[in-house]
Amino acid sequence: MTAPVLSVRNLQVEFETRRGTLRAIDGVSYDIAKGEVLGVVGESGAGKSVTGLAVIGLIDRPGRISGGEILLSGLRIDNLPPEEMRKVRGKRIGMIFQDPLTSLNPLYRVGDQIIETIKTHTSLTDQQARKRAIDLLAEVGIPAPEKRIDGYPHEFSGGMRQRVVIALALCAEPELIIADEPTTALDVSVQAQIISLIKRLGRDHGTAVMLVTHDMGVIAETCDRVAVMYAGRVAEIGPVQEVIKNPLHPYAKGLMGAIPTLAGEDKRLVQIPGAMPRLSAIPAGCSFNPRCGSAFDRCRVDRPDPLQRGTQAVACHLYDRATETAA
Amino acid sequence: MLAFTLRRAIQAIGVMIAVGIIAFAMFRFAGDPVSQLVPIDASAAERAQIRQSLGLDDPFIVQFGRYLFDAAQFKFGVSYQFRQPVSDLLKERMPATLELAVCATILALVFGILMGVFSALRRDSLLAKLFQMVSLIGISLPTFLIGILLIYLFSVTLGWLPSFGRGDVVKLGWWSSGLFTLSGWKALIMPSITLGLFQMTLIMRLVRAEMLEVLRTDYIRFARARGLTTRAIHFGHALRNTLVPVITVVGLQFGSVIAFSIITEQVFQWPGMGLLFVQAVQNVDIPIMAAYLMMVSLIFVTINLVVDILYTVVDPRLRATISRPA
Amino acid sequence: MSDAALPHPTPVDAPRKAADGWLKRALASDLFYSFRRSKLTVVAAIVTLLFFLVAIFAPLLSPQNPFDPAQLQLLNSRIAPLWTADGQSPFLLGTDEQGRDVLSAILYGLRISLLVGILGVVFSGALGIGLGLIAGYFGGRVDTVIMRIADVQLTFPPILIALLVNGIAKSVSGNRLDWLSMLGVLVLAIGLSFWVQYARTVRSSVLVEKNKDYVAAAQLIGLPAPVIMLRHVLPNTTGPVLVIATINLALAIITEATLSFLGSGMPETMPSLGTLIRIGNNYLFAGEWWIVAFPGIALAGLILAINLLGDWLRDALNPKLR
Repeated sequence: MTAPVLSVRNLQVEFETRRGTLRAIDGVSYDIAKGEVLGVVGESGAGKSVTGLAVIGLIDRPGRISGGEILLSGLRIDNLPPEEMRKVRGKRIGMIFQDPLTSLNPLYRVGDQIIETIKTHTSLTDQQARKRAIDLLAEVGIPAPEKRIDGYPHEFSGGMRQRVVIALALCAEPELIIADEPTTALDVSVQAQIISLIKRLGRDHGTAVMLVTHDMGVIAETCDRVAVMYAGRVAEIGPVQEVIKNPLHPYAKGLMGAIPTLAGEDKRLVQIPGAMPRLSAIPAGCSFNPRCGSAFDRCRVDRPDPLQRGTQAVACHLYDRATETAA
Repeated sequence: MLAFTLRRAIQAIGVMIAVGIIAFAMFRFAGDPVSQLVPIDASAAERAQIRQSLGLDDPFIVQFGRYLFDAAQFKFGVSYQFRQPVSDLLKERMPATLELAVCATILALVFGILMGVFSALRRDSLLAKLFQMVSLIGISLPTFLIGILLIYLFSVTLGWLPSFGRGDVVKLGWWSSGLFTLSGWKALIMPSITLGLFQMTLIMRLVRAEMLEVLRTDYIRFARARGLTTRAIHFGHALRNTLVPVITVVGLQFGSVIAFSIITEQVFQWPGMGLLFVQAVQNVDIPIMAAYLMMVSLIFVTINLVVDILYTVVDPRLRATISRPA
Repeated sequence: MSDAALPHPTPVDAPRKAADGWLKRALASDLFYSFRRSKLTVVAAIVTLLFFLVAIFAPLLSPQNPFDPAQLQLLNSRIAPLWTADGQSPFLLGTDEQGRDVLSAILYGLRISLLVGILGVVFSGALGIGLGLIAGYFGGRVDTVIMRIADVQLTFPPILIALLVNGIAKSVSGNRLDWLSMLGVLVLAIGLSFWVQYARTVRSSVLVEKNKDYVAAAQLIGLPAPVIMLRHVLPNTTGPVLVIATINLALAIITEATLSFLGSGMPETMPSLGTLIRIGNNYLFAGEWWIVAFPGIALAGLILAINLLGDWLRDALNPKLR
């Protein structure tokens, strides 16, 4: 088996604030293989977006990567010098942000922004770059690309702009695309189109995709595997069908119970009581214990490490052999 | 686009008419023009005759119309103190003021933008903090104090630069220029710095604030995620977006540069329109005051118009909203 | 997905003791906290306070009354500051060409400068707030007219307007104004130059408040419009108006000094700091730098201190920057 495209090992991200150091990401590990789509799901503030930014090296002061490592196709990238990391961004890792309306510079033509990116990462001439930009726009489904290339961002609709953003992420045929809530700011009707576009592009180019979202529907439809994040840690990770049908972690169970299904119309949707703790007030032991229905003494003291359970990995004391035998 | 320009032009004319009313009211009602023009011992008949010849007996609206009509042809009456047509005086003085104002603005623009960009990009550097200090002092020191300080340093103590006047001038038609002689340039240095310093601090603060704002935007983050070089991001993307609002402010400020030149011209005895105006205020020479008001307003209004149009050239979003009015 | 069910119990910030008395409350306020944290602001506040005190008690502090010709002796003219070789007691900062003690002149000049500045701010504030309330509350044509005038005026620098007002006043009075009426003219000129910002701020917050229920309720119980505006709408604008007033105090003092420097302000018999600088400027070439330097330093220090206070107040009252 070849090395995974992306391998995150025990990643830690901290933010220095006036009130002390806040740990936004605490020991997160996962892999993404070639052509695979990994969904990262969780509530706002669970650390989904920060994980993505850490991978592409865009954590700004006062934040910093304080531990762990990130490997891109076997090469360690979290400690690259800034100029080397810049060359990785856009060329080997493409990124798609949440809001297409603000992701593009309003003063530059769409084409100029694409050509600029292509020329930064390849040795194509102006003409070749323009040709490639038109091809890219066509590939992401923009009609009449040879005309639209000279348009300004404000002349595009939200969905079309997100297509342009995707084209920009694809400029240099990256190995990995990080999509941070790519559909949240879009109309529902457009969301499905963008999701299927990302899925198709990932398949066609063999690109690994990290899809950050809080929308379980999107995850179920698009991803191969899913990582459920809670308070800066991975609660559960595994193949998407397994995690949805048979969630192990109490938080994942609650999350899946909150998805409306056609089959179970008579059931009430489950609510998880309470809200995720603030970073400054993460409880001792398992960070989910105050909201967990099955919490016991150990959960309030010990922080659970991920345990392999078949194809799934879960960070919960309920699945620890010691606990099971004791119970 | 054309409709937009036209609408703005009509607004500008509206402002000019409003200013015209004020100027006319000053001209006509603040002090009796006749008593200013005739000798004190003139007889009542003489006064009546002058009153007649100046058209002061005509109905108000006729007088106002005539004033505007004359003003549109740059006829502003006769100065009380110099007994010369005001328009000649202004024409003679205008080149000095404009050369000074343009020099000061260029100075303010170049240094203001450089310092602003630097202090936004290297926010925590010592030099940036120094710039912040300088800008605070620049805003707190009245223009005339800066001028006096410069004169004391470079004229009185060091003797490097002349403390007054504009040096030797060269006549280009009716335009007298100090830009073709060494003494002209030497004379221009201190007044330009004095006049430009306030604008410079203003531009610097604005550029810094705008640039910091722009650097936080999503499209800059996205530009970084695309792996563009720092130079391309800072100077290609961020600076251009920063300069859009700066254009407006600089344009609008050019008007106040001309007004502030009143002070600078007084300090350096610079023979421009501002000095003429100060003397007019001191000597209650209403025709010059009214004419100066009209001239300065004309310059303001013209610049505003140009800035508005320039804005649409720089910002494509605006161009779109203008060509398709809601 | 779970809509994050129950509201999370927000941890209560350190319980604040109920303070009795406004002083304790003021000392415990956020504003005072941010004030204490900025050393530069504290220094600026102390300096500003000092300037005010010195101005108020000028007659007690100054060695001579610079406006009393009987106390001036030509024998004492153009004496250099005390620490230089030619210095003479009691003239700490030297004397001018009339034998006037520079320090005394500064103390008295400070009074005039501050008086004109404060009266100018009060006048422009009253004018601006009044017009802003009227424009915002009544709307319609009144609003259009007031705000059009404001727009046009905003394109003209205040110093130009002040000079024009000054020139017109002189013309109407036949160029014979005693110092008291000159002071009035200066206040008028400053007031007319700086009202626009107040008017715009007050108007916009009136527009916000006008449609709120409490104003409607006040109208229902039949309170007259002026009462509603002054008692209910106006208090909402205190913060921004205070910021504008502080920054405008600096501007007003600069404007007065500039007018006086240009010879269109306070007369030489009743000089403000600007007048003193104008007088001193004539002796700069003769090497008598102290006649202009000390009034200049006093003016610059005063304005810098007030500006620092204004800057801090603007940041502290701006919720966006918190």
